Amino acid sequence: MAQLTSELIQNKLQHKFGDQVTNFTVSYGMLTFEAPKEFNLKVLQFLFDDEELMFRFLTDITAVHYPENAGKELAVVYHLHNLVQNVRIRFKVFTSIQSPDVFTATQLFNCANWMERETYDFFGINFVGHPNLKRILNVDEMDYFPMRKEYPLEDQERTDKDDEMFGR
Amino acid sequence: MAELSNIKLPEGSLEKTTSTINLGPTHPATHGVFQNILEIDGEKVLNAESTVGYIHRAFEKIAEHRPLYQITPLTDRLNYCSAPINNMGWHLTCEKLLGIQTPKRVDYLRVIIMELARIADHLICNSIVGVDTGALTPFTYIMQYRELIYEIWEEVCGSRLTTNIGRIGGFERNFNNIAFEKLEKFLHEYPKALTEFESLLTRNRIFMERTQGVGPISAEAALSYGMTGPNLRAAGVDYDVRVHSPYSSYSDFQFHIPVGTTGDCYDRFLVRNDEMRESLSIIRQAYQKVQEFKGAEAEVYHADVPDYYLPPKQDVYTKMEALIYHFKIIMGEVNMPVGEVYNAVEGANGELGFYVISDGGRTPYRVHFRRPCFVYYQAFPELVKNSMLSDAIIVLSSLNLIAGEMDA
Amino acid sequence: MKKEIFMARPVRFNIHPKEANLNSSVLIGEAPPGFEGEGFFTTKLSELVALGRRNSLWPLPFATSCCGIEFMATAAAHYDFARFGSERMAFTPRQCDMLMVMGTIAKKMAPVVRQVYLQMAEPRWVMAVGACACSGGIFDSYSVLQGIDQIIPVDVYVPGCPPRPEGIIEGIMRVQDLVDNESVRRRNSDRYKALLNSYGIQ
Repeated sequence: MAQLTSELIQNKLQHKFGDQVTNFTVSYGMLTFEAPKEFNLKVLQFLFDDEELMFRFLTDITAVHYPENAGKELAVVYHLHNLVQNVRIRFKVFTSIQSPDVFTATQLFNCANWMERETYDFFGINFVGHPNLKRILNVDEMDYFPMRKEYPLEDQERTDKDDEMFGR
Repeated sequence: MAELSNIKLPEGSLEKTTSTINLGPTHPATHGVFQNILEIDGEKVLNAESTVGYIHRAFEKIAEHRPLYQITPLTDRLNYCSAPINNMGWHLTCEKLLGIQTPKRVDYLRVIIMELARIADHLICNSIVGVDTGALTPFTYIMQYRELIYEIWEEVCGSRLTTNIGRIGGFERNFNNIAFEKLEKFLHEYPKALTEFESLLTRNRIFMERTQGVGPISAEAALSYGMTGPNLRAAGVDYDVRVHSPYSSYSDFQFHIPVGTTGDCYDRFLVRNDEMRESLSIIRQAYQKVQEFKGAEAEVYHADVPDYYLPPKQDVYTKMEALIYHFKIIMGEVNMPVGEVYNAVEGANGELGFYVISDGGRTPYRVHFRRPCFVYYQAFPELVKNSMLSDAIIVLSSLNLIAGEMDA
Repeated sequence: MKKEIFMARPVRFNIHPKEANLNSSVLIGEAPPGFEGEGFFTTKLSELVALGRRNSLWPLPFATSCCGIEFMATAAAHYDFARFGSERMAFTPRQCDMLMVMGTIAKKMAPVVRQVYLQMAEPRWVMAVGACACSGGIFDSYSVLQGIDQIIPVDVYVPGCPPRPEGIIEGIMRVQDLVDNESVRRRNSDRYKALLNSYGIQ
């Protein structure tokens, strides 16, 4: 089968989805592209089913918070891997922080289950259709999403830390 | 019975024939802190629900406040049984981001350290599988060799377990003769110990009956659950990051990838044993290649990148430019490229990935660790469905779940 | 064939290893001070009880992370701590004397530690092994409990990240000293009750 180059992948995606898939870059050897959040399952399904692309292994789902991008603050990042030809690809979906709803990938990949729970736990992205979307790593009673940029690292409830000694 | 009428039973509990037990966060046999709520019918497990997060230390949030070289101690604590692999993986990711090319001798030394870590991890995992089936002796015998590995790491970096070994661009000091002496002693003594360990367990009737057919998984299901590493290879898929995307000059070595068939606990045990033997062979090849460097080349232990690698202290106190570089690195005035990189290494449990987004500042904008244990622990309910309670324990220990890696 | 070994630092101890001499390698424990005669020995009850307790401290290894692996190394053959009497590692709090908390305790795990401590029977000692159990360690974050002494009273702190097995053994020996010198009335005293009350434990 033909060698899976970034141009080939880009051509196939643009052939299928037109200008819905944008912003193709090659970053340190990995093709990265974006799509609107309504298309994320369609793109993942296409990458899975297509006999030439065969991206059938989901390496990772994570999210990034960009507080300055108005309307596109949260980015869900999927890392996929074609094990046969050893090609990796990164697929980003942006969503706004007011309505962070993204379709879940659990029907397609079983491992997306906990990865999406972790992303929900840290960033508050609501994965529509997820079987069990609740917090996984933090305590269940937590009412905020800690990895967002506005929240601090340290526990603010501490009374025993001496600010002078810690140089603050 | 009037005196029992004030006891409130939950709905349908008198008709329910199954019981719910808690295989709670405090485990015997020190596996790690994760909780499993099992629904059992007599001795048979019907369903399992896992809860993790009991050792969530917020690594990714901490890493946003630390420059790259200060994140290495955090990566130590991911898979703490084989900490050097995590450290080297992080350094390789930083080198990919910064565009640093390490010399061959550094690569070979890194391979030696990483394969020792892999042996250390598989050694613990297999002996704990033995302990869970009731065989306490192999654990005691083989832990002694972990002490030998600790001594080698201690000679190089000063620490036994959470090593923080290496730097971005190489190592902090050259390996001295004592380290190589200890390595030779290990290479001489360990194969015999491994043979003894295998002779106690591999063809042991009781062990075989306890582990064969327990927790099998098919290759398609394993791939769908995102399994990598020995668990995936036991299911029949020969995916090894060292071979698929060679890093640190792994392509210069000849080794096999052991692959199983059914993916049950016995296959995982055998795959790990064989991987330990392959690691010994890799270490021998790497050691031989390191010894071929003579003269000035034998003194090379880091890449020549003064922008990112701290100069030696005697230079800092005497030479001006070393002082300036030292200041720049510590205060974070070095050029950090803007971009995102994902790099994976073959950890002892599978593909350990590091995703770094850098915005040019002193600390990375976002760091994400793709932890293999977290991903494949989701498969546990499927692995233990319709097996016995004691089989569930064996499956848990043969998956080699390290809680630090799971919760990050 | 002995090879020339280059020593980076000169070794001072054990350079002339002696042959093992069974007569001198068995440690004879010191008898507590008392009055003895033909077939009887009188001493204080607390001495006898302390002798028994200090030499058979059964630990509950509450191993959460990296320090747990150093604990496994301490329990293994090289740094064997069964010779201190901790032969049986009781994994249930009802049957142990000493709770060794090894590793980071996250806030999600804190109620579990407290429940395990409450289930232990008196006399009980707590050893915080490792920097994370002593004070939160390197993880000054929102999810890590900054030291288990926020929730349970601790007797011995063993610092280190992770502490060497010698450090853990030193911690056990300090607990043994505490056990030795403890009065039999301590657990009923007002001061102890006040200590437990300050943690909210009755």
